[in-house]
Amino acid sequence: MKSLRAPRYLVAGEKGLVVEFGSRIDREINARVQTLYRSLGREPIPGVVETVPTFRSLLVSYDPLLIGFDELVSRIQAVETRPPNAGQAKEPVVISTVYGGQFGPDLEFVARHNGISVEEAISLHVTAVYLVYMIGFAPGFPYLGGLPGKIATPRLQAPRTRVPAGSVGIAGEQTGVYPVDSPGGWQLIGRTPLKLYDPGRENPVLLEPGDSVRFERIDEAKFWELKKKEER
Amino acid sequence: MKDEEGTGKESGSDEFLHPSSFILHPFSVMASIRVLSPGMMTTVQDLGRFGCQRLGISPAGAMDAYSLRLANLLVGNAAGEACLEITLLGPRLEFTAPTVFALTGADLSPALNGLAVEMWATVPVERGDVLSFGGARSGCRTYLACRGGFLIPPVMGSKSTLTRATLGGLDGGPLKAGDELPIAPSPERRPSGRAPSAYRRQFGQSVIARMILGPQDECFTRETFRLLLGSSFTVNRNSDRMGLRLSGPRLRHRGSADIVSDAVVTGAVQVPGDGNPIILTADRPTTGGYPKIGVVITPDVDLLGQAKPGDEVRFTAVSLEQAHQVYRQYMEGFDRFAAVSPGNQPD
Repeated sequence: MKSLRAPRYLVAGEKGLVVEFGSRIDREINARVQTLYRSLGREPIPGVVETVPTFRSLLVSYDPLLIGFDELVSRIQAVETRPPNAGQAKEPVVISTVYGGQFGPDLEFVARHNGISVEEAISLHVTAVYLVYMIGFAPGFPYLGGLPGKIATPRLQAPRTRVPAGSVGIAGEQTGVYPVDSPGGWQLIGRTPLKLYDPGRENPVLLEPGDSVRFERIDEAKFWELKKKEER
Repeated sequence: MKDEEGTGKESGSDEFLHPSSFILHPFSVMASIRVLSPGMMTTVQDLGRFGCQRLGISPAGAMDAYSLRLANLLVGNAAGEACLEITLLGPRLEFTAPTVFALTGADLSPALNGLAVEMWATVPVERGDVLSFGGARSGCRTYLACRGGFLIPPVMGSKSTLTRATLGGLDGGPLKAGDELPIAPSPERRPSGRAPSAYRRQFGQSVIARMILGPQDECFTRETFRLLLGSSFTVNRNSDRMGLRLSGPRLRHRGSADIVSDAVVTGAVQVPGDGNPIILTADRPTTGGYPKIGVVITPDVDLLGQAKPGDEVRFTAVSLEQAHQVYRQYMEGFDRFAAVSPGNQPD
């Protein structure tokens, strides 16, 4: 069995502790982040205000009036050293997506860059099952790991000033979905009618860190039909 | 949803969770603050929305939580009730019912019906009274607390406005002309009160911000720390509720200026490739890909919330132990103030 390196416990201000498992984007490193994140969700440590999982670390915000830094570290060590819970594998969330055309203006570039056809690129993108490594950048923006290497494509040289909400993009070996209109530099390959962020909903954010996700190809008619449903 | 301190004692009043509860208070329908003109940037803020940063939702909340807490305590609210945060150029506001308010924070020359009003003190108003503001004398942000708070529903545990996400406050954005902000009717006369001078703050043109170094201090050279702690920085014009952008000597990285994104906290000082530090504040993103050289301690983040473009910022380093001691004293100060504040006097 491969022995795991002990995480680093870093001070992030007087109310923050960063448990850092590595410095790279890596499935194994992220799995350790998710394990700790879920453990602390199941068995909250008194004095912990919230936790924020990222690619490679977990931020633990705490109330220093209720718990000290050293005590917090030892409580986390007690949790973290437990074997990872096999967990209840949730069904992937399905993101219905129209690929190419006006909805995915960079799809042809992504295919050309990788020396494959547009159809192959779409097929690779819908076949994979992705993991939400973290949410950041904007409300509900999922950074998804698990993109097949054969469609990995670097970011745009010059970011767009406006990327429409629902746009599905690729940046290096990651894929993601823009929840709101925003500037952005990812290669846009398609668009979903689903709202990943809707402030009017009881749960405004669709995806959570650790969720699994897959994409489903739809045509334009279905896009508008689903979009109408989402607006209701 | 947990509040900032995780104790539950300071979350906004849950009494008026739903707009339909107004029906129970026939007079409250008319009790409001009517926005005659909105000012430069006037938003509803409380102590922030905690517990959703894992979903990419920034905490928002008052840029100067000290002043917000004092305004609330003066009028007898829970310290974390929502206030109006008024930025530099103030609004014109009409009260449509009698109430009591208090103004704290920046001195933006407030006047009631054209007559100067005292800050850091309770002010009774009658129906039809108009609050307006003149020039900025000191600081950047004024807090207006109304007895009983604002009757708007909290979103995910907070009334704070996060404009980037169109969340909270009044329609998720700054106040607009014609808006009506519902308030609790408060016709009863309670003792008026003034904050003792030790609690009143005046804001100069220079802030000394104490910081704890890290979490990515290893990304910077020794020379960078000498510059960071020995120089003066200037607050840039493009600063806002997301962050204070500073200019000064260029802070150099040991290697690349990019890290794999991790979470950020309020007060974090991130240094992008151009070497100009940004102090992340209330509306900051939840994650970031630039190394953080240090994190400003909470009481000093409040002071930075009052810094204006052109003001000076200097940094000093403190240990985690010192920071915890300062934080304890900071929080105890509010308890002491609450014990003597007029809102807590028996009727």
